[in-house]
Amino acid sequence: MDTSNILLIPLLPLLSFVLLGLFGKSLFKNKSGFIGTLLMAVSFLISAVTAYTYFFKNGKVDGVYKASIPINIPWLQFGNGLKIDMSVLLDPISVMMILVVTLVSLMVHIYSLSYMKGEERFPVYYSFLGLFSFSMLGLVLSANLFQMYIFWELVGVSSFLLIGFYYQKSSALAAAKKAFIVTRFADLGFLIGILVLSNQAGTLDFQTLIARLTTQGPVLSSATGSMFLGISALSWGLALVFMGAAGKSAMFPLHIWLPDAMEGPTPVSALIHAATMVVAGVFLVARLFPVYAISAPGVLQFIANVGAFSALFAAVIACTQTDIKRVLAYSTMSQIGFMMFALGVSGYGGEAGLGFTASQFHLFTHALFKALLFLGAGVVIHHVHSNEMRDMGGLRKALPVTHICFLIACLAISGIPPFAGFFSKEEILLAAFERNRPIYYVALLTSALTAFYMFRLYFTIFWWKPEHLKHHDASNHKTEDLFKVLPLVILAFGAVAAGFIPFGEFVSSDGKVLPSVFHWEFSIAPVVAALTGILSAMYLFRKENNRPHEVSRGLGLIYQAAHRKFYIDEIYLFITKSILFNMIAKPAAWFDKNIIDGLVSGSGKATGWVSENIKTMQSGKVQQYGLAFLAGIIIIVSVYMLAMK
Amino acid sequence: MNLLLILFIPLLTVLGILAVPKQQSRIVALAGAIAQLILCLLLFVAFNRERAIGNVYPILFEQQFTWFPSLGFSFHLGTDGISVAMIMLTAFVVVAGVLVSWKMEEMPKEFFFLLILLSLGAYGFFMSLDLMLMFFFLEVAVIPKYLFISIWGSGNKTYAANKLALMLMGGSALILVGILALYFSLPTGERTFDMVRLSQMNIPFELQRWIFPLVFTGFGVFTAMFPFHTWVPDGHSSAPTAGSMFLAGISMKLGGYGCLRAATYLMPEGAQEYSNIIIVLASIAIIYGAFATMMQKDLKYINAYSSVSHCGFVLLGIGMLTKTAITGAVFQMVSHGLMTALFFAIIGMMYERTHTRLVAAMGGLMKVMPFIITVMFIAGFCSLGLPGLSGFVAEMTVFAGSWEKADVFHRGATVVACMSIVVTAVYILRAVGQVSMGPVKREYIGLTDAVWNEKWAAVILIAGILLMGLMPSWLYDLVTPGVDVIIDKLAGN
Amino acid sequence: MMEPGLYHLLIISATVFFAGIYGFFTRRNLITMLMSIELVLNSVNLNFIAFNKYLYPGKLDGLFFAVFVIAIAAAEAAVAIAIIINLYRTHDSINVEVAEEMKG
Repeated sequence: MDTSNILLIPLLPLLSFVLLGLFGKSLFKNKSGFIGTLLMAVSFLISAVTAYTYFFKNGKVDGVYKASIPINIPWLQFGNGLKIDMSVLLDPISVMMILVVTLVSLMVHIYSLSYMKGEERFPVYYSFLGLFSFSMLGLVLSANLFQMYIFWELVGVSSFLLIGFYYQKSSALAAAKKAFIVTRFADLGFLIGILVLSNQAGTLDFQTLIARLTTQGPVLSSATGSMFLGISALSWGLALVFMGAAGKSAMFPLHIWLPDAMEGPTPVSALIHAATMVVAGVFLVARLFPVYAISAPGVLQFIANVGAFSALFAAVIACTQTDIKRVLAYSTMSQIGFMMFALGVSGYGGEAGLGFTASQFHLFTHALFKALLFLGAGVVIHHVHSNEMRDMGGLRKALPVTHICFLIACLAISGIPPFAGFFSKEEILLAAFERNRPIYYVALLTSALTAFYMFRLYFTIFWWKPEHLKHHDASNHKTEDLFKVLPLVILAFGAVAAGFIPFGEFVSSDGKVLPSVFHWEFSIAPVVAALTGILSAMYLFRKENNRPHEVSRGLGLIYQAAHRKFYIDEIYLFITKSILFNMIAKPAAWFDKNIIDGLVSGSGKATGWVSENIKTMQSGKVQQYGLAFLAGIIIIVSVYMLAMK
Repeated sequence: MNLLLILFIPLLTVLGILAVPKQQSRIVALAGAIAQLILCLLLFVAFNRERAIGNVYPILFEQQFTWFPSLGFSFHLGTDGISVAMIMLTAFVVVAGVLVSWKMEEMPKEFFFLLILLSLGAYGFFMSLDLMLMFFFLEVAVIPKYLFISIWGSGNKTYAANKLALMLMGGSALILVGILALYFSLPTGERTFDMVRLSQMNIPFELQRWIFPLVFTGFGVFTAMFPFHTWVPDGHSSAPTAGSMFLAGISMKLGGYGCLRAATYLMPEGAQEYSNIIIVLASIAIIYGAFATMMQKDLKYINAYSSVSHCGFVLLGIGMLTKTAITGAVFQMVSHGLMTALFFAIIGMMYERTHTRLVAAMGGLMKVMPFIITVMFIAGFCSLGLPGLSGFVAEMTVFAGSWEKADVFHRGATVVACMSIVVTAVYILRAVGQVSMGPVKREYIGLTDAVWNEKWAAVILIAGILLMGLMPSWLYDLVTPGVDVIIDKLAGN
Repeated sequence: MMEPGLYHLLIISATVFFAGIYGFFTRRNLITMLMSIELVLNSVNLNFIAFNKYLYPGKLDGLFFAVFVIAIAAAEAAVAIAIIINLYRTHDSINVEVAEEMKG
C-alpha cells in the first residue's frame, strides 16, 4: 500500500482550510464550496481505498488485522525521553473512523452547497469545515496519546468556530463559549491523565503504552502500586482521561454544552455534534480499551455507570424538548451513552469483548442515521424558518423525500429491524444482558424512550398540524433541491444497509474475529419496547388532539423538571457565577488592586511622607546649619574621646 | 560570525535616526530593524552550521575585550542556543513594533530613537557573558521605558511611568547588590564578573544561599514574579503600542533570561535551596493572575494580567529545575514574547479606530475589521494554548517537565498550573468573543480594516508563532544544548 | 614677671576661637559673621605657631600652615564679600536672616 496517500486524507481538508481561509473571500468567492467539496471527495475516495486495502487486500495476518504505523514524523520531544510524533496509526477502529468521518463530512459538504448558499461568509464556512475535518481525521489517526490531545484541542476549536459561525447572534457566541470552556475543563482532566499515564508508562506511544500497562511487569506494578488518596496512579490516569472523553462526548454532568451547540448551522450539528466529534470520547476509550479492561476494571465499571445514566437521563429530557435540534442533541447524548456503557460492560478478548464491537458498531451506524436526522431537520428548518416544533406540522407532502429519509432514520434509531440501528443496539443490549443486568434494564427502558421521543418528533413534524398553521400552506416553495436530497438519500441507504455488515469480522477488542451470532429470541424484548414507544407516540401525536397536553399536566413536576433539563444549567450557572466569579475572581482582582498594589503605592506614599516631614530641617538659615554642624562635631569628638579612654 | 555586528546595526540605526529629518526617521528605523532581523536569522543559520560541523562547545562566537580591567569588567560576548532564540525574538518584535508605529505623529524621531535604543540594550543583554556588562545593558533597556511611557503614553501615565521605573530600578538595585556581593565575597585573586569563569568555580553554598535570592528576585521583578508584578498592568496599559509590545514581549524576558543565566546557572545550589519558594510564587502568579484577568474590563489590562499568568510559567519551569521544564520555560519566553506583542499590536490597532479599549464598549467588530479580528483570534488562541500555535508547545513542555518531579508538592503545583488553561480559556473567549461577535454597534460601522503596515506587523509575528507552533523541534534542538549546560551545573558537575 | 608659656597662648587662642564661634552664631550681619570666621581662623593660626615654637622648635611646618591659612582666609574673604555684595543688591540688606531661599 502506498503510504503517502494516507497522509493526503487529513491533508486535503487542511489544504481546503488554508486555501479558502486565505483566498476564499478574494479569489474563489462562491466557488469555495465546490473547491472544499472536491477536496473532501478526494479525501473520501482515498480513505475508501485505504479501508478496502486494509481490510480486504492486506487482510488478516494470523487471524488478526495488524496495526501498523506507516508514517511517523518526529515533532517534539521532552527531556525525559517522552516524545510526540506526528504519526498515522492504521488499525481496524481508525480505518473505520476515517471512513465515517470522510463520508459524513463529504455529505455535509455537499449538503451545505445548498444549505449555506448566499451566506456572507460562505468561504469561511467551508474553510472551517476543512479545519474540522483535518483535525478529526488527525485525531482518529493518532498513534500517540499527545498527538491525539493536540487534535482533540483542534476539533474543540473548530467546533467553537462553527458554533459561533452566526457571530452576530449573541446566543451563538454564548453557546460557542460554553462549548469550548466546558470541553476545555474536561480536557484539563485529559491533560493531567496524559501526564500521569505517560509518566507511569514512560512513553506516549499508544501501542507501547498499552503493551506496558497491560502486561505484568515493573511498569504495571508501579502504576497500580503508587497510590494517591487510596486510588492507584493508573486508575487516576485512566479516570482523568475518561473525564476528557466525557467532556467531548457530552456525558453527564459535562453534557451541558451539547444542546446549546445547536446554535451552529444545522449541517455543522450533523457533522460535529452528532456523527464525529462527539464520539471522539468513545473513540478515545476504545483506543485505550485494553488498559481499561485489563488493568483498571473499576474505572471501566464507572464508565459503564456514567454511560447508562447519561443515556437514560438524556432520553427523559429529549421527550420534553420542543426545539427540533435540541431533541436530536439529547438523543445524540443518549446514544453516546449507549456506546459508552457498551464499552463499560465489555471485557477484553473473545466473547466477553462483545460490548467493544457493539459500541464501535453503534458508533458507525449512529453516525449515518444521526447525520441523516440532522440533515433532514435542516431541510425542515429551512422550509419553515424555525427550530420550534410547534411551527411545523403536516410537512409530509411538502417534503416527500425528507419525510421518507427521516422516517428511515427514526426507525433505525429506534431499533426496528432491519434498519441499521437494530443490529448495533441489539449487540449492545446483548452485551449488557450478559455482563451487567441492571444496565440492561436501564438500556431497555431507554430504548423505549428513544422510540417514543423520535416518533414524537416525527409525527409532530410530518403529521400533526397545529391550528395556527392550517391557513397558510408553506408547501408552495421548493426547499428540496439536488444538493440537499443527494446526501439524504445516500445516508438513508446507509441507515438501511449498514446493519448487515458483519462488524465483528473487522472490529473486536483483541483483533480476532468475533462472529456475529444473531439471537432472534433475544430481540423480542427490545423490539417490543421500541414498538411500545412508537405506538404511544403515535397515539399522542399523530393527529391534532389534547392528549399530550393532558399527559404533561398529569406528570406535573416531573415533566417540568425534565423540560427544564433537571436544572443542570442553573447549577452550573450558580457555580460559575457565584463561586468562580464572585468568590474567587473578584476577590483576586480586589486583592491585587488594593493589597498588593496598595503595598507598592503605600511604600511610595510612605517615602513621600517621611521626606515631607524631614524637609523642615532644611530651614535655609545658615546659622542653624552651622549650629548643627558644631553640635555634630562636639558629639563626634566626645564619643571619640570617651571611646578612646 | 561577529557578534559585534548585532550591536553595531542598532547603533548605526540610532545614529542614522538622529541624522535624518524627522519624517524620514521611520524609514531608517524600519530599514535598521529589518537589517537586524536578517542578521539575526543569519546568526541562527551560522549557529546551526557551527553545531552541524560538530562544534559542541556550549558558547559560540565568543568575543572578549578589556573594558575596566582594574574593576574586573570585561566586554565579553557570546551566544548559546537560548540567547540565539531570545535574540531572534527581539528582532521579530522590534520589526513589528516599528511597523505598528509607522503613523506616529508626535515626535517620531525621538520615538524611534528610543525604540531602537531599547532593542540595543536587549540584544546586548542576551549576548553578555559578563555580569557587569549584562547589568549595563539591562539598564539601557530599562531607562528609556520611562520616557516612552511619560511622553507617548496614555491614561495615568506619570503614575505608571514612575511606578514602572521605580520598581524596575528596585529590581536592578537588588541585582547590582547581588553581583557586587558575589564579586567581593570571592577570594581576592579570583574576583571576576565573568560568567564563564564564575561558572567554572565553585561558589560556596553559604554565599549562594544569600546572594541567589537577591539576584533572582531582582530579575524576578522584571518578569513579573508575584508579588512584584504590579508594575505590569499599569505600565503596559499606559505605554504606547510599540512600548507595550516591547515591554511585554522583550523586557519581561530579560528577567526570565537573567533568572536562568545569572541566578540559576551560576548559583545552582542556591536554586535548589529556594526552588520550592519559586514554585509556590510561580503557581500563585499563574492561577491568581488568571483569575485577576477575568475581572478586567480594559483590553490592555486583560493582556497585562494574562502576561503575569503566562510569565508564571517561565518561573515555574525554572523553579522545577528539570531539563524539560527549563526548556519549557525558554519556549514560554519566546512564545509569550511573540504572542503578547501580537496582542498588544492588535489592541493598539483597535484603539486607533474605536478610541476605546473597554471590552464592553465594543462588539461585532468581526464585520467591520475582519483582518484585525482574525489576528486577534489567533493571538487569543495562542494565549489559551491552541495546538499549532506556540503557546501550546511551551505550556505542554513546562507541564511535562514539571510532572517529572514525582512528589505531591510538585505535582500539586503542576495541577494548579494546568488549571490555568481553563481559566485562560474563559477570559480570552470572554474578551475576544465580546469584541468580535454579537451585533455590531452603530458607531463602528464604516471603520476601516488594517492597512499595509499593520498587516505586515501582524504577519511577521504570526509567522514566528506558527514557526514555533507547527515545527517546535528546531527550537528544541537550538535550545537544549544550552539547557543541558545548566542542568549539568545543577547536577553538580 | 612670668615668661608666657604654651598654656597661656592656648588659653588666648581658645578665647579667641570661642569669641569667633559666639559671634558667628549670634550676629545677623554678614560682615560681622565674616569677621567672626576670621577670628576663628586666627585662633587656629595662633595654635599652629604656639605648638611649633614650644613642641617642635627646630621645624617650620606650623609657620607654613599659618601662612597657608592666612592666604586662604584672604581668598575666602574676597569670595565672601562678593557674595555679600550680591546679596545686598538682590535683597537690599546684609542681614543673614533675609537669605533663606534654600528652605526646604
